[in-house]
Amino acid sequence: SVCDYFFEAQEKAIDVENVPPVISTPHHYLISIYRDKIFFVSVIQTEVPPLFVIEFLHRVADTFQDYFGECSETAIKDNVVIVYELLEEMLDNGFPLATESNILKELIKPPTILRSVVNSITGSSNVGDTLPTGQLSNIPWRRAGVKYTNNEAYFDVVEEIDAIIDKSGSTVFAEIQGASSNCWYLMRFHLPLCHYLQNPRLLDDVSFHPCIRFKRWESERVLSFIPPDGNFRLISYRVSSQNLVAIPVYVKHMISFKENSSSGRFDVTIGPKQNMGKTVEGVVMTVHMPKAVLNMNLTATQGSYTFDPVTKVLTWDVGKITPQKLPNLKGIVNLQSGAPKPEENPSLNIQFKIQQLAISGLKVNRLDMYGEKYKPFKGVKYITKAGKFQVRT
Amino acid sequence: VVMAVAQLYFHLAPKAEVGVIAKALVRLLRSHSEVQYVVLQNVATMSIKRRGMFEPYLKSFYIRSTDPTQIKILKLEVLTNLANETNISTILREFQTYIRSMDKDFVAATIQAIGRCATNIGKVRDTCLNGLVQLLSNRDELVVAESVVVIKKLLQMQPAQHSEIIKHMAKLTDNIQVPMARASILWLIGEYCEHVPKIAPDVLRKMAKSFTNEEDIVKLQVINLAAKLYLTNSKQSKLLTQYVLNLAKYDQNYDIRDRARFIRQLIVPTEKSGALNKYAKKLFLAQKPAPILESSFKDRDHFQLGSLSHLLNAKAVGYQELPDWPDEAPDPSVRNVEVPEWTKCTSREKRKEKVEKPFYSDSEGESGPTESADSEPESVSEESGRRRSSWRAREEEEEEEEEEGAKKAKKKKASQGRKSHTETSSEEASASESSSSGSDSGSEAEAKRRKVPPSSRAGPKEISLLDLDDFTPPPPQPVPSSSIVSTSLVTDLEGLTLTDTSLAPALLSPAFGAVRTYELLHRMAGEGLSVEYCFSRRPFPGDPHMVAIQIQISNNTDAEVKSLRVSEPKPLSGMRIQEFPEIERLAPGDTASVVMGIDFCDSTQAANFQLCTHTRHFYVSIQPPVGELMAPVFMSENEFKKEQGKLTGMSEITEKLMLPEKCWSDHAIVQQVTVAANVGRVPCGADNEYRFAAKTVTSGSLVLITLERREGAVAQLTVNSEKMVIGTMLVKDIVQALAQ
Repeated sequence: SVCDYFFEAQEKAIDVENVPPVISTPHHYLISIYRDKIFFVSVIQTEVPPLFVIEFLHRVADTFQDYFGECSETAIKDNVVIVYELLEEMLDNGFPLATESNILKELIKPPTILRSVVNSITGSSNVGDTLPTGQLSNIPWRRAGVKYTNNEAYFDVVEEIDAIIDKSGSTVFAEIQGASSNCWYLMRFHLPLCHYLQNPRLLDDVSFHPCIRFKRWESERVLSFIPPDGNFRLISYRVSSQNLVAIPVYVKHMISFKENSSSGRFDVTIGPKQNMGKTVEGVVMTVHMPKAVLNMNLTATQGSYTFDPVTKVLTWDVGKITPQKLPNLKGIVNLQSGAPKPEENPSLNIQFKIQQLAISGLKVNRLDMYGEKYKPFKGVKYITKAGKFQVRT
Repeated sequence: VVMAVAQLYFHLAPKAEVGVIAKALVRLLRSHSEVQYVVLQNVATMSIKRRGMFEPYLKSFYIRSTDPTQIKILKLEVLTNLANETNISTILREFQTYIRSMDKDFVAATIQAIGRCATNIGKVRDTCLNGLVQLLSNRDELVVAESVVVIKKLLQMQPAQHSEIIKHMAKLTDNIQVPMARASILWLIGEYCEHVPKIAPDVLRKMAKSFTNEEDIVKLQVINLAAKLYLTNSKQSKLLTQYVLNLAKYDQNYDIRDRARFIRQLIVPTEKSGALNKYAKKLFLAQKPAPILESSFKDRDHFQLGSLSHLLNAKAVGYQELPDWPDEAPDPSVRNVEVPEWTKCTSREKRKEKVEKPFYSDSEGESGPTESADSEPESVSEESGRRRSSWRAREEEEEEEEEEGAKKAKKKKASQGRKSHTETSSEEASASESSSSGSDSGSEAEAKRRKVPPSSRAGPKEISLLDLDDFTPPPPQPVPSSSIVSTSLVTDLEGLTLTDTSLAPALLSPAFGAVRTYELLHRMAGEGLSVEYCFSRRPFPGDPHMVAIQIQISNNTDAEVKSLRVSEPKPLSGMRIQEFPEIERLAPGDTASVVMGIDFCDSTQAANFQLCTHTRHFYVSIQPPVGELMAPVFMSENEFKKEQGKLTGMSEITEKLMLPEKCWSDHAIVQQVTVAANVGRVPCGADNEYRFAAKTVTSGSLVLITLERREGAVAQLTVNSEKMVIGTMLVKDIVQALAQ
């Protein structure tokens, strides 16, 4: 079958991530994505923008996740009927059709235990009998006639710091990626809503959800929109390295491998820098050790560590950092005997989380709603996280 | 979406605007690795062509150790493309980090990238070379082999200084097992054996020993080395060469056997092959050009960006080539926003033609009907021509932005050419005129005749520049009776230009209505020298704030007039005069035509200056009519209304007038107004309203004219202008022109 070419390419690649996304075969082109340990492969025959296909495949994976809670091999095997139904709706005769999960959920009901019991008794299927009405509205991201018992609006500002820090501790590259994802459960909402950001000038490169009125943003720097239902990403933005990015943690490291001996030393300390009175939480460090490493004997002053001898990944779960007692991980690395000393010290990937702080200084000033009598519950939350935060050693 | 927009921008946008997409593309780099892969491919292509675009985002392409290899290699590609003299040190520092990576494929790619940086940027070549030589002592064989290959390429550019490196590499032959690297070393030693005379034979000796166990590619290079050594140093290596060639003779590979046979014939002197023998040295030790290390993405840009074919670098099924720039301009109507109005305008124009048909006199029977018959396709083609010209002009502007130097020269030349063209032709015209009627009787007919030829000529010529054979030229020598026809033709043309004005951008070339000529120096006062001037209504080439004045000087004396020039201009405050170049000599009976520019500062004050010949000085002055102090400007009806809304109150002047009978037709009104003032017509929805817009030449303030026809002959004229003086005078002028 056509997929043979793909399996061939997959075998050839050493690492799963190295399978080329686009494979050309004599008659077809295979475009694949790799997500959650599953490959999604699509076969195309003619010229088409590859990004378009990739984007669609990711959307399919997102939808599966939305329906089944996880996008894994077992989930797909268990729900193979729904998977077919979904694909049928999403891809009509080779053209993407309904990709909004709101509309899809009306067409095909998400599986629940109760429904599956009912279905097995009555023999009916999950496919809804009526065409979704929302599809015909001019605001595709919102269904018509939604009702909730409590009206809530949550606003999360999540910022991720991408950084590369070199050996000596100086920052090579740092950037803040921000996103504000919102959660709305509101009734009859067809009038615009505004919210005001405190310092919108900070935002360097912004992309919006289609519901935002761009004109208003351009002229007044105000976000005005009719919100979709449920969870969605309102804006995502980037604060580039020109505006100095404050890195909230520092890492002291001492990793060395001795020549001609089967051991090395490993010593890492993590400490908070200026953290603006907030504690750094959820610190996790992962290190991809060189292939020659056999095992590690370490002691951690805080948290716990695991080392997987197959994938050679060291994970150290630190937790909260308290400035008084800095967490430290120290010990001996056992190398394969006879193997040459690894040339490169592994780089450390660090994850952390700071609650109630947006590192770029962005703030939501006000949230106004127009044309509604009821008062919804409003909430704003800020989180700063580490994105691709890497320390070279 | 971002990619599609990027595609559009990349292929179409001028340089200044392209930066917008870079930002968006860089943002895409954060999403899934497959997306990254595709985007980076495209970025790599773009970064070759437009390097400046991604330079600010250099750091976004830095590589993380967790990236998949294919992404790493693509990022490396982009980094290499972006390298220039200013950022090379940072990039090289990054590269140094990458070299120590665990991913060996990636390290090899990095070494190649360093090689490419070194070739592209001469300044860092030595640094790179030193770095690479250090890599030679690396423990990993693959790294060493890769660096040998790259060093070989680098050394080829400047071999003389680096005999040390060659020696070092010669030592390496014992250790390196990768065939490509071994072959590279052998080639280097062979090529530059003069620099290392002692080592080369030794290397050959070693290689000869292990010849049978080598890979094919290495064997070939051994034979090459032997041949080269034989030629340069035959005493030491004669026996070795013989030995190697003998070994090669019985090799399994036919290529090697052939090579050995060929080389033996070439270098070993026998009786037969004496002729080639002499040239053997030249053949083998010829200077070889250094290879150019270039990106593998270089040839990709002929595929449409973001397409599947581009990604695969091969034509996919169903790939459609991006069309070339259109030769034919697209139908102008697709761009016209106010389509209904525009068609109305033209149809009105056509109706006019039909109405006027009976007026054509019999003598004009030949040209008349053809004219009207042709007029329909003509108007279209003419319009498309014009469209094309404005399109081209715009393109030219863009290009100019990109490469100012070259284009400017070209453009200047073009405009000069055009200028001289018009000059000569009007010279022609006036020459024919003066020859046909030498005496200036000053009669009405004469004036009319004067009025006609330059304009009717200017019209077709302007077009003929664009499409040459579309236009049947009007009768070249119109007899006085044909003046009606000619004027109608003129207005015809004018109407067309007017409808065109709604398409052309910003300031446009003025309508070639009737051009009125004024006298600067009478024949009697000038002792036989008569000077006339007219406002040519073209933008003055040197300075946009100047009004271009075309001056015609005819020498009616019987002696030659020499060194005719302007001197001692006495401009009022702020007024500037750009003199015309001195006329060396003017033969008796001759006429010269020159253009000078005067910045009147938006006032109707006269410009005084002296006109000098080699014998006499004449005091002259030019007083502009208010209508000549402006240049037509294009705007849509909405814009017009908006601007008019801003210019009310004091700056609005309204006047009621009675239209005489001959000014009842549409085109007559339009013509009278455009004759009176250099204005451009603004499309208008209402039937009984005429709108015109212009900008004053010096200050660029808007002048808006509205003429509304009421019941019967009553009309109301409204002029809106910031400059109240100009507004008042313009109202007076237009009323006068219409009342005539």
